[in-house]
Amino acid sequence: MTDRSNLVPIGGIRTPVEGRHHILSVLVENRAGVLARVALLFSRRGYNIYSLAVAPTDDERFSRLTMVVDVETASLEQITKQLHKLINVIKISEVDPSQAVEYECMLATVAAEGHNRAKVMELVELYDGEIVDVGVDQLTLMFALPPGRLDDVEAFLAEFGLVELQRTGRIALGKLPKPVRRTKRGKVS
Amino acid sequence: MKLTGAQALIKSLEMQGVETIFGLPGGAILPVYDPLLDSPIRHILVRHEQGAGHAAEGYAQATGRPGVAMVTSGPAATNIVTAIADAYVDSIPIVVITGQVATSSIGSDAFQETDTTGITMSVTKHNWLVTSASEIPRVVAEAFHVATSGRPGPVLIDFPKDVANQVMEWYWPKRLDLPGYQPTTKGHPKMIEQAAAIIAGAERPVIYAGGGVMRAGVAGQVLELAERTGIPVVTTLMARGIIPDSHPLALGMPGMHGCYTAVTALQRADLLITLGARFDDRVTGKVDGFAPVAKVIHIDVDPAEVGKVRRADIPIVGDLRSVLPELIRRLPAEQLRIAPWIGEIRGWQQRYPLSYEPSASGRPIKPQYVVERISAAATPDTILVSGVGQHQMWASQYFRFERPNGWINSGGLGTMGFAVPAAIGAKVGRPGSTVWVIDGDGCFQMTAQELVTASAERIPIKVAILNNGYLGMVRQWQEMFYEERYSEVYLSPDLPDYVKWAEAMGGVGFRVEEESEVDPVIEKANQIHDRPVVIDFRVDTFEKVYPMVPAGSTNDEIVLPPHQRGER
Repeated sequence: MTDRSNLVPIGGIRTPVEGRHHILSVLVENRAGVLARVALLFSRRGYNIYSLAVAPTDDERFSRLTMVVDVETASLEQITKQLHKLINVIKISEVDPSQAVEYECMLATVAAEGHNRAKVMELVELYDGEIVDVGVDQLTLMFALPPGRLDDVEAFLAEFGLVELQRTGRIALGKLPKPVRRTKRGKVS
Repeated sequence: MKLTGAQALIKSLEMQGVETIFGLPGGAILPVYDPLLDSPIRHILVRHEQGAGHAAEGYAQATGRPGVAMVTSGPAATNIVTAIADAYVDSIPIVVITGQVATSSIGSDAFQETDTTGITMSVTKHNWLVTSASEIPRVVAEAFHVATSGRPGPVLIDFPKDVANQVMEWYWPKRLDLPGYQPTTKGHPKMIEQAAAIIAGAERPVIYAGGGVMRAGVAGQVLELAERTGIPVVTTLMARGIIPDSHPLALGMPGMHGCYTAVTALQRADLLITLGARFDDRVTGKVDGFAPVAKVIHIDVDPAEVGKVRRADIPIVGDLRSVLPELIRRLPAEQLRIAPWIGEIRGWQQRYPLSYEPSASGRPIKPQYVVERISAAATPDTILVSGVGQHQMWASQYFRFERPNGWINSGGLGTMGFAVPAAIGAKVGRPGSTVWVIDGDGCFQMTAQELVTASAERIPIKVAILNNGYLGMVRQWQEMFYEERYSEVYLSPDLPDYVKWAEAMGGVGFRVEEESEVDPVIEKANQIHDRPVVIDFRVDTFEKVYPMVPAGSTNDEIVLPPHQRGER
């Protein structure tokens, strides 16, 4: 078993509880200090963030924050209203987890010596991961998966012995509309 | 036209119509003070940066125009943070300009460097760090727009020294590009329709008017709404004077030290028409027990206030200037049939009016009496300014407010020391009005150095200190809730000598110890027009503010003054 006692929890970041987390996709102006404003708002009003991913969009004037928020301490409505008051926040879309594709990326270095090595490589295969670095008795792996499956991978990797692990926080986009499938009688099946 | 950054800043302020700046120069802001000499803008040199901030607040509240304060970097910036935070909670439009070390030194812990935008981020509506002189006109235009539109509030421009010395090509932005800032002004017609319908059917309605009404300048429409429907109005601490206290539908102030009728009317109401108010804890008491049977119409320009504390049955986000006429237009032509409700209210007013026991002969002056006498002698355009504590509550309770924008105090933040500098700002903004301060002895000592500013700049404010020798409100709580164990609240009525203090600072000082001297000295003070006046009123130490809803209680548990107890 891995010794994780040296892992220090970061305040406010925990694993989402199903049904209590929401995904907000926040379009902001790409200016200095915007991330600080968002982070400060969450901290001073006592809102919780599970994860946060930030990157520029295709338009260099804007960045997109994808944040998974906890709605236990404050209603989603209050959180979005307060976010909207920030001058640099352009648009907020709430992404319903059941109506979204969610992905998260993970880099993990695991112990992989002797007979373990093959098992690790098998796991990489099964979960469409990639070996991105190779050491004498360790391997560094990369996985990009829906967060739930990534949790599974993390659990497996812990069995082999996790040396180091880094997850990105999830990113999400709403699911696209699908064509309605029709039967021969023209009714929706 | 080529201008330096400093010139561009001053010119931008002129473009915004700024007439007065309250400030104090220092190293990083030095370059900006040079072109100020050639500008028509009046600069008022304060003695402490906090004073500049509060003066800008007082100016803004007295005039309805944004107040401007300018100070240097580092300790000057941190000194003005209290005033910025005060303006933030009370939604007062002020623009604060702080000097900053040169851009090349930012982050190096340079002399008088602080992370001013970082420090003020959570107490400003927005702030800007200018990094190039070419940004200045745009940033100034944006700053004034943000400060004064939507829900007003403070903004800050942090201005590095090297930017002041850069040369830029002058321009003035034709339009603003703030894609993330578009305050809602028009209320939803369907919601306004529903609000009108629910008002028409209400049996025990109350209009709950807050500071937003004052900021929007819609006193006339509130009065129209009240008179058209016959619905009574409670005015929060921030809305005193929105309808005249002498009006039959005016119920006075609600809340922790509100009058019995205003508090109880909210508790028994079946409908609250909430205008620019935010269900502050000092109004609601224990939220679960506040106005338990009332439906709520909540009209506010800030969407985040609607539903924040109390769920709104009819939420309307919009500017009162637009929503109120729309609402009034849809109301039935005749008054509501709510005679039983009005009758009930009249009963409370008769049984439990605001009152105190007059002082027995030879006993100390009652503080409420002083407020009443200042009120009685006041001309209609008088502006009353107060600090925070017992004196503030007595001022709000016993001064007769007949006009809007005649009452300036620190509501949400509760900033002791607010009054003297805020009064200076108010007097500068409305030089034709008499400006009276009702202050506590504790409050006065916090910012009294600004009396020097008042003397030097010939700003003749009048300060009535209700001197009870204590941090009175804290003393009251220790008496009532800490078994009279008085901890660190005694100040001494004689130290300092307030009369000498006033004289040392270039003003006139009086001391009043007998009730019979109250009126003559107020009269004398009202005759002094060329320098500040300070009156040391020695008042009864043991007087407490009543009524009072103890912290954590519901408003049903309101405590009346001793002489009104027992019959309830």
